[in-house]
Amino acid sequence: MPTADRGPKHEVAVTTNEIKRIIIIGAGQAGGETAQRLRQAGFKGDITLIGEEPVAPYQRPPLSKAYLLGKLTMERLLLRPASMYAEENIAFLPSVKAVWIDRAGKKVRIEGGRELPYDALVLATGARPRRLPLVGADLDGVHLFRTAADADAIRPDFVAGKKLIVIGAGYIGLEVAAVARQLGLEVTVVETAVRPLARVTSPEVAGFFLDEHTRQGVRFVLGGQPALIKGKDRVTGVGLADGGELPADLVIAGIGVTPETTLAQHCGLAIDNGVVADAECRTSDPNIFAIGDCASRPMAHYENRIARLESVHNAVEGAKIVAGVLTGQKPHTVEAPWFWSDQYDLKLQIAGLFQGYDHVAFRGVMADRSFAAFYYKGDRLIAVDAVNRPGEYLGAKMLIQTGRSIPSNIIVDESKPMKELVASAR
Amino acid sequence: MPKITYIEHNGKEHVVEAPVGQTVMEAAVKHAVPGIDADCGGACACATCHVYVDPEWLPKTGEASSMEQSMLDFANDVEDNSRLSCQIKLTSELDGLVVRLPKSQH
Repeated sequence: MPTADRGPKHEVAVTTNEIKRIIIIGAGQAGGETAQRLRQAGFKGDITLIGEEPVAPYQRPPLSKAYLLGKLTMERLLLRPASMYAEENIAFLPSVKAVWIDRAGKKVRIEGGRELPYDALVLATGARPRRLPLVGADLDGVHLFRTAADADAIRPDFVAGKKLIVIGAGYIGLEVAAVARQLGLEVTVVETAVRPLARVTSPEVAGFFLDEHTRQGVRFVLGGQPALIKGKDRVTGVGLADGGELPADLVIAGIGVTPETTLAQHCGLAIDNGVVADAECRTSDPNIFAIGDCASRPMAHYENRIARLESVHNAVEGAKIVAGVLTGQKPHTVEAPWFWSDQYDLKLQIAGLFQGYDHVAFRGVMADRSFAAFYYKGDRLIAVDAVNRPGEYLGAKMLIQTGRSIPSNIIVDESKPMKELVASAR
Repeated sequence: MPKITYIEHNGKEHVVEAPVGQTVMEAAVKHAVPGIDADCGGACACATCHVYVDPEWLPKTGEASSMEQSMLDFANDVEDNSRLSCQIKLTSELDGLVVRLPKSQH
């Protein structure tokens, strides 16, 4: 990946003790955590948290898992009780859209025209789910999946016997498919690639999840090209490019996201697959920071190559980094990236970034539904996909974080406990 | 509602009341008890909600599952009474529970 060109820095960053007013745009996990962590770090000035959604910051990962299954209430998804923002003297503005950033005047304009001044600004604007570029994509019963409102809109149709078509076999699509099967829906997953999870894991691990979903009754159309969504007012099916047609009561698209960079673009910040930020999450304007899904930043454990991560780890880490920088506290020690996915009774835990691996080693066997795939680049361990193997996951994460490795012919030896192997690694 | 006392590594105490069914982690996070980050929100993916259960409460909190135990194997400063607080669900029996936080989460 290219190294970002940050361009000349004309502006001078205000110093920590000159920062009296911080505005955070975006009240997802990254924005919510930033507000909270600034207070925890002792910041006494004004904090304004602007969010487009009507609710206080909440965790998104359970939306496609326990929440959709009906096992978690919205109240339990909230990062903090809604009342806490007032108690912590955080001005939380729900259902408010920021429409303009005036960098020279250091002001944010919100819908309605009000202008809010800042000393430091944090962009945590997240990402937008991609819309299906198809005729019929706006019919009733066709859904995107990003927010609690999206999940709430789907839930009434998540009843046994309904026909669901999931378009896109990434983690969101497969998690939704798993929930739907558990609730007794008929599920077909349509994916343009020849295998699921093509962007996020190896063919071997993808094959494992394909088999698992197939066994659970999910039908797959791989290499399938959706051509149009059929229906009059409400969806009745999905037409494929090869002329085939799949009947549907509802369609959920999980075809990836686009970083939300509109505001940053309009005010001229550097953009390259998200708002470009440095290791301190600073953008090309030193008084503006960008964190979470909307930002790309150097990956400390991967030769500082620039990447944009969509994950809880990335959201929380951005918040920790920014809170540290803005309050002059000791810098946050960056973690190796981590992710997880729950499907049926499988817990997939991922550490590191697997892109660029040249071989993979397995500890345990897939048939036992408990194994870990370790990805290597040369003799260096760069990532792990662990299925029902938390020890292997945490062990590998620790190794990646500390730049250590275990040779692939040794890591597969199950007669040696993972803990022992990690202790002996160099 | 059960009352839980969290004792930070520096000795500072936080007493929190939380409803039955919530976890010891959730109760801490919702009341901003420092030292319990619980980044993953209770998905047993991050091991940042490690606590020491006061020994007299161990019979009532039960034992760590094998999943949790495997995570604890790689946590810092693990003791016999170490637990991940996201895996301890509050019951009326746990009213009065005392947990301490490890140095690494200070």
